[in-house]
Amino acid sequence: MSQDPQHPTDPIALRATGITKNFGPVRALKGVELELRAGEVTALMGENGAGKSTLLKILNGDYRPDDGELIIDGRPVVFTDPADARAAGLRVIAQEPEIISAVSVAENIFVGNLGTVGFNRRALLRRTREELKRWGFDRAIRAEALGSSLSPAQRQIVEIMRAVVSRPRIICFDEPTSSLGDDEVGLLFALIRQLQTEGIAIAYVSHRMAEIFRLADRITVLRDGAFVGTKRVDETSHEELVRMMVGRDLSQFFHRDPAPLGDTVLELRGVGNQFVDGIDLTVRAGEVVGIAGLVGAGRSELMKTIAGDYTVTSGEIVISGQARRIRQPADSIRAGIGFAPEERKAEALLLQRSVRDNAALVVLKSVSRWIFVDNRAERALAQEYVTRLRIRTPSTEQLVGNLSGGNQQKVVLARWLATKPKLLLLDEPTRGIDVGAKSEIYAIIDELAHQGVAVVVVSSELPEVLGVSDRIYVMAGGRIAGELPRADATEERILALAMDDEVLA
Amino acid sequence: MSSTTRKDIPVTTTGTAASTSPAASSATPPQGEQEHDRVSPFKRVVSAIGVQNISLIIAIALVVAIIGIQNPLFFTVPNLKVIGTAIAIVGLLAVVQTIVIILGALDISVGSIAGLTSVASAMIFTATSSAALGVLGAVAIGVACGLVNGCIIVFGRVNPVIATLATLAAFKGIAQLISDGRAQGYTGADPFFVFLARGTLLGIPTLIWVLIVVAVLAHVVLRYTTIGRNIYAVGGNNIASRLGGININRYIIGVYMVTGAVAAIAGVLITARTGSGQPISGSEGLELQAITAAALGGAALKGGKGAIAGTILAVILLGVLTNGMTLIGVNTFWQNVAQGTLLVVAVVIQQLRSGERRIGIPG
Repeated sequence: MSQDPQHPTDPIALRATGITKNFGPVRALKGVELELRAGEVTALMGENGAGKSTLLKILNGDYRPDDGELIIDGRPVVFTDPADARAAGLRVIAQEPEIISAVSVAENIFVGNLGTVGFNRRALLRRTREELKRWGFDRAIRAEALGSSLSPAQRQIVEIMRAVVSRPRIICFDEPTSSLGDDEVGLLFALIRQLQTEGIAIAYVSHRMAEIFRLADRITVLRDGAFVGTKRVDETSHEELVRMMVGRDLSQFFHRDPAPLGDTVLELRGVGNQFVDGIDLTVRAGEVVGIAGLVGAGRSELMKTIAGDYTVTSGEIVISGQARRIRQPADSIRAGIGFAPEERKAEALLLQRSVRDNAALVVLKSVSRWIFVDNRAERALAQEYVTRLRIRTPSTEQLVGNLSGGNQQKVVLARWLATKPKLLLLDEPTRGIDVGAKSEIYAIIDELAHQGVAVVVVSSELPEVLGVSDRIYVMAGGRIAGELPRADATEERILALAMDDEVLA
Repeated sequence: MSSTTRKDIPVTTTGTAASTSPAASSATPPQGEQEHDRVSPFKRVVSAIGVQNISLIIAIALVVAIIGIQNPLFFTVPNLKVIGTAIAIVGLLAVVQTIVIILGALDISVGSIAGLTSVASAMIFTATSSAALGVLGAVAIGVACGLVNGCIIVFGRVNPVIATLATLAAFKGIAQLISDGRAQGYTGADPFFVFLARGTLLGIPTLIWVLIVVAVLAHVVLRYTTIGRNIYAVGGNNIASRLGGININRYIIGVYMVTGAVAAIAGVLITARTGSGQPISGSEGLELQAITAAALGGAALKGGKGAIAGTILAVILLGVLTNGMTLIGVNTFWQNVAQGTLLVVAVVIQQLRSGERRIGIPG
C-alpha cells in the first residue's frame, strides 16, 4: 500500500497462475491463468458455472486455492480472509452488497473505516460528498440517504464507493450492471475510465457482450472451470467469444418470429396505486410486449400490481374483456396470469425443495386427490416440463438450489406454464443467466406466443427488449412514457422516452 | 434479427420436444452445468434415512449402552414404560412445535397452553362430571389460545418469538387466576382419565398411543398432503408462496390453532397422570424441551425444513437421557443444564452444516 499508485513498479498488477480449486469431488477451477494490468480493464467471461465467481472469491480471500499462485506486484501473496486482500490493495465489489438499513449512505460507505474520517458526522458527510463528486455519483445518490431507502442501483453505487474510497490498486467488478439502469451504467463506465487513468487494474465480470466491447482492453474466457484463453479486444469478435465460452457457435441470439395476434387478453385502464399512475396498456394473445425503462421507473411494481401483490387503487384491470378485482396473487392466478418476478431466489424459488415441488407449487391441487398429493402425477408433471424446457438437472428430485441460474429460471417458467396461463408476466427473465440459457428462454417465449399466450417481458437490457418484443412500452416515473411498435423501436428512441420524463419530473 | 427461423439454432425448445420421451432429458447436459449425479450406494442409503436421523440413532444407542452398563435396571420393562409415558407429553408438544418451526415460526407458549388446559379440563370435569366435556372444553380453549397467537402474529405484525413469549406469560397467568394457583378438581376416579393415565392397548400405554396417533397424523399431513407441502413452502419462502397463490395468513393462523389443540391434549394428559388440573407444575419448561427436540431432530429454525421422524428420535434421545441421569443419580439441576446445552449444540450443528458465516447476529 505504500507504493505510489501512479507509478507501479510492474505493469502487471496481479498475476494468477495455475489456480485450482476443488470442492470435494467437484473441480471448480483447474489451472486458471489471469493477468490484470495497471490502467487496463480485463473482462472475465464465461457461462454460469464456468468458475468466474470462484475465481473472484479466491481473489477476495474468501477461498484459498488448492494449487496455483497469486502474485501482486511481483510478490507472491496468500490471502486467508478478505482483510488480507484489502490490505494488499485488492477489492472485489459484491454483486449483491450488504447495506445497513438504519444508517446513512455516508456511514455505509465508510463502515469499518469510520476512524479514518473521524467520528464527526459533519466531516463524514463532507468527505462522502467529496468522494461521490470525485467519482461522478453525486447526482445519483445523497450522502444522507438512509440505507433502507436505496434502490438496487444505489446499493450497488454504495458498494462501489466502499471500494474506491480506500484507493485500491486492483478492483474486481462482479456483474456490476445487472442491477443498474442505463443512466447508472453510464456513470459506472465513466468511473471505470477514471479508475483506468489513475492506473488501477480492473477485472470486470459480465454477461453483456456490448459492455465488454465498450470497456475491456483484454478478455479472459473460462469454461467449466478451465482457462480457455485471453484475447485483446481489437483482435476478437462477439462470435469468437461466444464460441470460446460455449464451445459452439450461436450465430443468432434472438429468434422472434411474430405470431398471429388474437383477442386482447390484458387491458389496463388508468391503473394506479402508490407505485404507478394512470397506466393504459393492452396485450393481445400471441403477442410479446416489452416494457423498457430505467431502474426505478415502476416496471416491476406494475408487474406486481397486475399479479395482485400490490392493490390497485384507481382504474381497472380487464382480462379477456372482463373487469377483474385482483386483490391478492391467488386472484390473478385464477384469472389466468402467471408471474415470474425479478428476484428469482428471493421471490420465486424454494431453494431447499426439489424441482418437482417447485414446478408443482401453484398447480398442486391438480396433481392431488382431495388433499393427498399424487407423487407419481406430480413427478410426471415436473418431468414433462424438465423435458420440454430442457431443464438440466439429474432428476426431478434435485434441489433447486443446486441448479444454475438459467435452469432455476426455467423451473420458475415451468411452474407457471403448468397453470396453462393466458398471460405470462416475466420480470427480467434472463438476468444473471448465461448465453446458452438466455437463447433458450427467448425460444420458449417465442414458442409460447405461437401457442397464443400473451407475454409481457420487462427488461433492462435494450437489445433484449428490442429482440423479443412485438411492441414496446417505455415507462418513466411510474407512468407509460410512450409506446413503440417493433418496427419503429430503436435503442435511441427507447432511451429518449425513458429519460425525457425524468427531466420533466 | 427476425429473418432466421428457430430451426437454425442448435439449442432451442421446439414444439415437438414436449412429446419426446422423458429419457431424452437425462442425456448428459451439453453444457456441463450440472455434475452432481454420481452417488455411491452407501451415500444413497445415508441420504434416504438422513444424516441427522442416523446421528440420532447412534446417539440413542450410545446413551442406552452407557446407562445400561452402569445400571441394568434401565432395561427392565417397567423402566421402559416410565420412559415411554414420560416422553408422551413432551413428544406431543415437540411434534407440533416441529410443524410450527417448518412454517418458519416458533411457539413458546405451548407449555402455558398445556397448563391452562390441564386446569380447565379438570375444572370442567368437576363441574359437569363429564370427561368428554372436560376434554372438548380443553381442546376448544387450546384452539382459542392458538387463534390468539396466530392473530397477534399475522394482524399485529409481531415476531412469533415475542408474541408467544408474551402469551406464555399471559396464558400462565390465566391458568393461575382461574385455579387460584392451586391444583384443581379430582379426576383420579374417572375411568376415562384413569385409562388415559394408566391404561394399555396391546400392551402399550395409552399415553404412548396418543403420541403415536398425533405423530403419525402430523407425519402424513406434512409428507403426503397439499397442506403439508404448503407449510414447507411458506417456511421455505413466504414471498414465493404468496405469489404462488397460497393464503399464507390462513396457514399461520391454522398451524397455531392446531398447535393449541395438541397442547390441550397434552394438558389433558397432565391432568390424567396427576389426577387433577395443574396450572403450572407438569407443564412448565415443556416448551424448551419441545423446541430442543425439534431442533435436535433437524427442523431448521429458519423454516422450510424438518420432519416428524427426526423429532420423535430426538424426543426418545432426550427421554432416555433424562431417565438415565435419574437412574445414575445425577442431580436434577444438572439435567436442566444438560437440556440447555443440548439445545445450543443442536442449533450450532445445524448452523455449521448450513454453512452460516460467523458474523453478526444470526438471521
